[in-house]
Parts: sequence; C-alpha cells; structure tokens
Amino acid sequence: MFGKSSRQDWIFFLVFSAFVLTMPVTLAPLGAGYPDLLQKFAIYGLFAIGFNILFGLTGYLSFGHAAFLGVGSYAAVWMFKLLSMNVLPAVVVAVVVAGIFAAAIGYVSLRRSGIYFSILTLAFAQMSYNLAYSVLTPITNGETGLQVRQLATGPVKNLLDQDIRVLDQAFGVVEHGVPTTSLFGIEMSGWPGFYFCAAMLIAGFFIAMRISRSNFGMMLRAIKSNQNRLKYTGVNTRPYLLSAFIISGMYAGLAGALLAVTDPLAGAERMQWTASGEVVLMTILGGAGTLLGPVLGAGVIKYFENIFSAINENVLHQLFAFLPDPVENAVVAVAGMFVGEGWHLTLGLLFMLIVIFLPGGLMEGFNRILGLFRRGRSEEDGAASGADKEA
Amino acid sequence: MAAILEIHDVNKSFGGLRALWEVNLTVEEGAVHAIIGPNGAGKSTLLNCLVGRLKPDTGTVLFAGQPVLGREPYEINQMGIARVFQTPEIFEDLTLLDNVVIPAMAKHDGAFRFSPWQRVSARKELIEEAEHILEDVGLIEQRNVVCSSLSRGDKRRLELAMCLIQHPKLLLLDEPTAGMSRADTNNTIELLKKIGERGITKVIIEHDMHVVFSLAHRISVLARGTFIAEGTPEEIKGDPKVQEAYLGGAHA
Ligand SMILES: Nc1ncnc2c1ncn2[C@@H]1O[C@H](COP(=O)(O)OP(=O)(O)OP(=O)(O)O)[C@@H](O)[C@H]1O
Ligand SMILES: [Mg+2]
Repeated sequence: MFGKSSRQDWIFFLVFSAFVLTMPVTLAPLGAGYPDLLQKFAIYGLFAIGFNILFGLTGYLSFGHAAFLGVGSYAAVWMFKLLSMNVLPAVVVAVVVAGIFAAAIGYVSLRRSGIYFSILTLAFAQMSYNLAYSVLTPITNGETGLQVRQLATGPVKNLLDQDIRVLDQAFGVVEHGVPTTSLFGIEMSGWPGFYFCAAMLIAGFFIAMRISRSNFGMMLRAIKSNQNRLKYTGVNTRPYLLSAFIISGMYAGLAGALLAVTDPLAGAERMQWTASGEVVLMTILGGAGTLLGPVLGAGVIKYFENIFSAINENVLHQLFAFLPDPVENAVVAVAGMFVGEGWHLTLGLLFMLIVIFLPGGLMEGFNRILGLFRRGRSEEDGAASGADKEA
Repeated sequence: MAAILEIHDVNKSFGGLRALWEVNLTVEEGAVHAIIGPNGAGKSTLLNCLVGRLKPDTGTVLFAGQPVLGREPYEINQMGIARVFQTPEIFEDLTLLDNVVIPAMAKHDGAFRFSPWQRVSARKELIEEAEHILEDVGLIEQRNVVCSSLSRGDKRRLELAMCLIQHPKLLLLDEPTAGMSRADTNNTIELLKKIGERGITKVIIEHDMHVVFSLAHRISVLARGTFIAEGTPEEIKGDPKVQEAYLGGAHA
C-alpha cells in the first residue's frame, strides 16, 4: 500500500473529479445525462463510499445504514423549516445529527461482531423505521412525510404545517408560495442541484481516499484481516471501529441531506431495510474495500433502477422491429421479463454473476483487464503490486 | 537479577480437565527460560493466561511488579509483553511490510490514536525500522508480497519480526521453529541469540531439544498441568523424573 505516492493519488483524484463533473456530457449517450439521475448517482455514491469505510475496511457488515440516511433527511428538512432554505445549515446539521445517532447505535452494536453485529444494526434501523411511523410522528409527520410549508403568518401552532425559517426572516428573504432550496440564491434543483451534489461527492471521495491511505485506515484494514492479532499487538480495536462507524454514519447523513436538498421531503421509507440492503449491494457489486468500487456500484444500480425500469414493451418492439414478427414477439416476451418491473431480475442476475465470477466486484474485473494489458506491454516491470487493488 | 515475571498458584480447568494445577514460575530479567513438556501438558494454556486470552480460575501473575490478570490483551501488550503464537497469527491479506508497520504503530501511537489524515507513507522512520527488522529475519525481498502466500516457516519468522519491532520487555514464543527446515531453525536460533543481546527476556516453549539446549539458560518441565522440575539445561538433562515424563517417553 506504500506503492501509491501522493502524486499518483492526486492524479487519480483529479481524473475522478473531472469525470464526475463531466458526467452530464459523458453519460448522455447512455441515456443518463439528465440531472435527476445524475443527482442520484452522486448521492448514493456518497452513501456507498461512507458505507465502504466501515464494511470495506473493517469487514463489519452493517445492515442498518439506511437509518442514518433517513435521519439525515429529517434533520435537513427540519433545518429548512426552522432556519433557512439555504442548503448549507441543513447539510451541516444533518451530518452532525447522523454522527451522534451513529455513535449511539455503533456503541451498542459494536459489542458484537459478525452476524450478531449485522443483526443488531438491522434491529436498530427497523426500530427507527417503526418509531418514525408511530411514536415519533410529531417529528416525522408519519406516513405523509416531513415537508417544507409556507411561512407561518401569525402565531405558530403546529411546526409541521407552518414553517418559521428564522435565518431567512432575519435576512429579509422574500418568499412566494412554497419555497425551494437554494445556495445563496442559486436554486438547488436541476443542474445546479447536480453540481452541488457532485461537489459533495468529490469532497467525500477525497476524504475517503485520505482515510484509506492513513494510519487510521491501516488499523481498520488490520481489524478486517485479523482482529485478534491486532489486540495482542497492543491496539484497542473498539474505538477504531466506533470511529469508522460514526464516519460512515455521517456520510449516510450527508447523502440523506442531499436527498432533501434535491427534493425537500423526508419519509420513513428511506430507513427501510431494503434501503440498507441496497447500499450493501452497491458496495459489493462495485468492489468492497476499493475507493472507486462503491461509487461505481451505486451508479450501476441507480442506472438499472431508472433506465431498465423505464423500458416497456413498446420500446422493445421498436428495438427488435427488424426481426420477423413471430421471432420479434418471442424475443420481446423474453426480454420483457428483464425490463420494466422486471429490472430487479436483471440486477439480481448481474449481482449473482459478479459475486460468483468476480468476488472483488466490478473493480476486480477492471483490474484484471488492466493487468492483461500491462502484462502484454512489459514483462519486466510486471511485479503486479497488491496496491493495484486499492484504486 | 530481578524477577520480571512471577506466576503464583495459577489454576485453570476446562470442565473436568485440570489444564493448569498450582502453577508457580519465576522468570529472571534478561533470561531465556524454556518451558518443555509433552503434548497437552498445558504450555500454551499458560501463555494464554499470561496474555489475557484465557482467565485463570485462581492465582496471580505479576509482570515487572504489575498485576496482569484481568487486563485486556492490548493493555498487556502495551505493558511490554509480545507473543508469537503456536499457529501463526498474522495479517494474512496485508503485505509483509504492513504486517510489521502495524505493530510499530501500536508501539509508537499507543492503544488508540485517531489519525485519519496522516499518510502511512509519511511515517518514514517506522517504515525504515520495519525494513530493518524484515532484513534481520530474512524476509526483506518479499516485503510487498501479500502474506497469505508465505510458507508456514516464513509466517513464523514474520510473526517474530512483528514482535521484535515492538522491543518488548518479555517475549513469549510458542514453538517458534515448528514447521521450519533445519536451516531455518538454525537461522532462527541465531536470530534469537542476537536479540538476546538486546536484553529481551524470553519464555520459549519448544519441543525441539536442539533449540532448547542451544538457547535456554533455565528450563522448566511441565507435565499434566504442573511443573515437575526446574533447573539449568545440565540439571534437566540428568533429571530422571524428566527422562520419564518427557525425554524418555515421547522422544524415545
Ligand atoms: N480452550 C480450551 N477448551 C478446552 N480444553 C482446552 C482448551 N485449551 C486447551 N485445552 C486442553 O488443555 C490441555 C492443555 O492444552 P495446551 O494447548 O495448553 O497444551 P500444550 O502443552 O500447549 O500442548 P502442545 O505441545 O500440543 O501444544 C489439553 O488437554 C487441551 O486439550
Ligand atoms: Mg501448545
């Protein structure tokens, strides 16, 4: 892991940033060049990057990370209601609140490891989900979800339906109807919204890269490799694990806040176990323990979810129109199972194929291909270093 | 010389099995103290009690005058006790260099230090030291290799390097040459002699009498959970009880 000099890291980081910022152009041929989807790439990319700091580095598989996503969203919407439609306070508070929440859940869950840890995190997340629908409705607004409303005129009776936005009021911001999120006047929907999320993704990626190369990151890897040995080596592993857990919870909180930034509404379904499972899939699909893998996995899954689910029979008929009719009908019937509602089937198959043939995820695939090229070019400096795995 | 390790009346049972029975042992500072005894005598169990892997039923253990029992393994290591396990315990999917840098970090930074911004590659002095140690154990050429591909003997030497880089006051070695070729065994003996000069106290468990008699200043014989003899190598060689329990029995 010393193979990567800080210069190589910078190049890697700059290439990544350039790609993220040019996604509107580069991904347009794939039909993904529109802001709603690209926002999701960035947001879930962040979610997965953070999840990977826990799962990829320490090997502790949390099955409840959606709870932090949900908490981040609620915290952000509350800040929109109470403080300002400016996204900065919302983002900062969401990250802090998610961090505190993660500290509490992590403190308890990390008393166990392996499957028991996973089950504890799952239990906490389901508990949060159910509380959001029951006891906590005064904060979450239950099934309706927490929404931004118009400014209160006259005395405030119910904060769920009347917003106060004290900061905006203090600065004399004028509102017409239900307000939209903004960054100092720039509306955070559409392309500006995407670029804000992209900036956060780039910052989050940079931090994850530094963590991965740091002393702290090395200890996390050692925990994954042989926690017992590490204990007999004089390391108190618990605070390391808790720190990793809190950091990954803060990433999830940031992702949740960004969901609220692009669409100021928070609902409990964001905390459901399927959402927790999704980030596990993203990370494993892309390559757990790698830097790029989680972002890639998030992109692939969101792409499938949005593009494949939008394909219907008509589109397929157009696509296969060149075939003779009976063949066309048969092909469309088969292909139809994999698109539209059936996109889960496609994703499931893809996931199975990856786990069976590329246990290291898509990144392993790329590295193998890269390895083939390198070997082809120069045999002598082919000391294929293990550091490649880290890209 | 002063005693660095004092074990008093330690008992440990597994269900009905008495693995350790009224065990007493004093190890002098700077000595190489060998513990020998037939398979299942309780040698590894005793080490497990010392490093916090097992909790004895009764007894006390003092290390440099400080009580050891009841502490966490990481605390015991931070006190200055390092251990090589009977089956190598290393970081299998990290490189050799990482494997040695991690214990060095634990020594320098203490049990916990939150440094997510400091690059490992910036810690030049630790890396240099790690490379020196790898050179000492003859593994420097493989420093960037991932450990899972090492032979069992090499893993053992790596684990020894991981302990040595911490400059422990007391080094516990559980069969450090098992699985090694004759040549590697001799190299390890030389290495252990060399670090003996640095004043590290060693407790060494070993079946290989060649290793024991070339290194040990004192030998204690454990049989069925209790010490039956202790003395200099010459005294032990001539002791009929030992002949019967161990040398004569298992190695006839
Ligand atoms: N965790 C455990 N649970 C139950 N019994 C155990 C446990 N550890 C050791 N024993 C038993 O205690 C006895 C002593 O075992 P120990 O491993 O200390 O022997 P040893 O002297 O190290 O032997 P060897 O030379 O084979 O390594 C054995 O009978 C063993 O089966
Ligand atoms: Mg043993």
